[in-house]
Amino acid sequence: MGAAQAKPIAAGRVAGGRIGERSALAQVGHAVVAGAAGPLPYAAARIDGFLRAVRRAPNTEGVTLMLRSLTWALALAGAAFAAAPVAAQDGPLRLEITEGVIEPLPYAVPAFVAENAAAQQYAAEISRVVASDLSGTGLFREIPASAHIARVTSFDAPVGYADWKAVNAEALITGAVSVSGDRLTVKFRLYDIYSGQQLGEGLQFAATTASWRRMAHKVADAAYSRITGESGYFDSRVVFVAEAGPKDQRQKRLGVMDYDGANVQYLTDSSTIVLAPRFSPTGDRVLFTTFETGFPRIKLLNVASVTAQLLPETPGTMTFAPRFSPDGRQVVYSLEQGGNTDIWKMDLNTGQSSRLTNTPAIETGPSFSPDGSRIVFESDRSGTQQLYVMSASGGEPTRISFGEGRYGTPVWSPRGDLIAFTKQNQGRFHIGVMRTDGSEERLLTASFLDEGPTWAPNGRVIMFTRESAGAGGEPRLYSVDITGRNLKAVTTEGAASDPAWSPLLP
Amino acid sequence: MRLHSSALLLIGVLALAACNNPNRFGAGGADGAGGYGPGGIGSTGLGGANDPTSPAYFAQTIGDRVLFQVDQSTINPEARMILTGQGQWLASNPQYTAIIEGHADEQGTREYNLALGARRASAVQEFLVSQGVQPGRLRTVSYGKERPLQVCSEESCYAQNRRAVTVISVGAGS
Repeated sequence: MGAAQAKPIAAGRVAGGRIGERSALAQVGHAVVAGAAGPLPYAAARIDGFLRAVRRAPNTEGVTLMLRSLTWALALAGAAFAAAPVAAQDGPLRLEITEGVIEPLPYAVPAFVAENAAAQQYAAEISRVVASDLSGTGLFREIPASAHIARVTSFDAPVGYADWKAVNAEALITGAVSVSGDRLTVKFRLYDIYSGQQLGEGLQFAATTASWRRMAHKVADAAYSRITGESGYFDSRVVFVAEAGPKDQRQKRLGVMDYDGANVQYLTDSSTIVLAPRFSPTGDRVLFTTFETGFPRIKLLNVASVTAQLLPETPGTMTFAPRFSPDGRQVVYSLEQGGNTDIWKMDLNTGQSSRLTNTPAIETGPSFSPDGSRIVFESDRSGTQQLYVMSASGGEPTRISFGEGRYGTPVWSPRGDLIAFTKQNQGRFHIGVMRTDGSEERLLTASFLDEGPTWAPNGRVIMFTRESAGAGGEPRLYSVDITGRNLKAVTTEGAASDPAWSPLLP
Repeated sequence: MRLHSSALLLIGVLALAACNNPNRFGAGGADGAGGYGPGGIGSTGLGGANDPTSPAYFAQTIGDRVLFQVDQSTINPEARMILTGQGQWLASNPQYTAIIEGHADEQGTREYNLALGARRASAVQEFLVSQGVQPGRLRTVSYGKERPLQVCSEESCYAQNRRAVTVISVGAGS
């Protein structure tokens, strides 16, 4: 008990700490169910007596409170895809990733005010995580504390707009932290410096000290959402495959971490090959492929209890490439029998499965549309890997990819508007996006080997695997905006592959 | 059914055990002691490889693997020779079963390569069955691009990695 044992997390923290965090999160969830805090799991409370709780209607709030000096960010986020030139299909290396570079919005996030001694370390760490989240998007640029003129020593003191304007801050985030026992409370406000007023109402999050990073992400999500009009994605997790050892004897195990690489927890050991985990729509379960029986099979893992079970299977077949339906009740996957791979669907409650494609071609990588009505998948029925869309009940598919090269690993955006994919052309690999009818294809990356895109919960950022060439080659995780900007590596302890993003946590 | 599952599990365990043996993917072909093509025939391995009924003889003298073109699962004439030898050996050594492992090079997406490796393993299985091997003695598995034999990122390595390997194990077929 107490903050002393639950100090902000350092790298290499032992598993005991993570288990502690997990139970802390569980407590938060329980408190919400039992409490009268309304629909917001983190008990977002009004500080200032404003009229609405922002998170109940983030989009309308964001739009209505949008201020002139901040509107560019929304305009960018909304228009960039349509406005930017579509990548021509005749030149894979013509990357537009440096085009359309915009001036990030300057903001300041002075160290949050510690309202008691126990909160001191958390206050500083939380404001750093908020800054890391926002600046990490490439849409925002932090004005360093060394440049600040104003000092925020009290959360409720009036904001010195002139001082912030003088250092060119357009947005200001202030916050305060208090700790009581293992209970941590974070308050924050967002200000538009140029219009000289608060942007949205103040919010408060409360949970255990072990969840301090999640609360920082909540603050950053709220700020991001208010400024861009988009929902955020910082309070989310990524399940992935951690890799170690030489290329011909690579050891693999499942890991789950915060979206920014912090708080890694391993979900399997390295005793067998595991591949391509995928989160359930609520983030409570993970489907993945394991060789533990000696043959590729699909396993369903409960993240909280870290227990897993193999899905039922017909002997003599291989099953892989699983993905949940949007309601979490079904799994769409590949089943190989006699050398032929088709797409199947299984009801997780009954174990009943049905076949959705039936051709001699390789059909894999199925992914549901967010409304559950359609499935995008890859097939080489035309002679090379291409993307197809079919009804969720099967039937004749429509081919949607027609560019040069091969297309695989399609994943439907959570917004429903785009499909991300891996493209191979002339010895290079790309991550790209296209409309769901195949139009407006854009390649976002190029390298020796990029593959396996996964969408951020807000459909604005894609994470993927990038593997380097040669005997010493190894995979790492990268992320990139759907505009092709802000390509960057995700920090992991070692080699990592096959990321899958969770939904935004409740 | 239960017995059947157990048998498969046993095979799985054997496959896993083999997986952890670095020689499994390496020594058979990479050191030139045997494997593919006429060059391998007549080279004598160590120990059990002199015993024509041993799995070592099968791996090194008969040749336990065949190679494929990019994105193909067609059995070429050279592979046909090796597989004919494998079929004859399996016919004369009925105490053994086999798992055929299909592999792909790294130039492909993970799940597609898993399916491609299965195609290759299945092509070998079909050929062996056509040679008279009981289907119940053969099982296939694909490792996709997960277990390369050679680790460079050039065609010289890729060509060795696009393979199907017949791994002999003891036990009655299913």
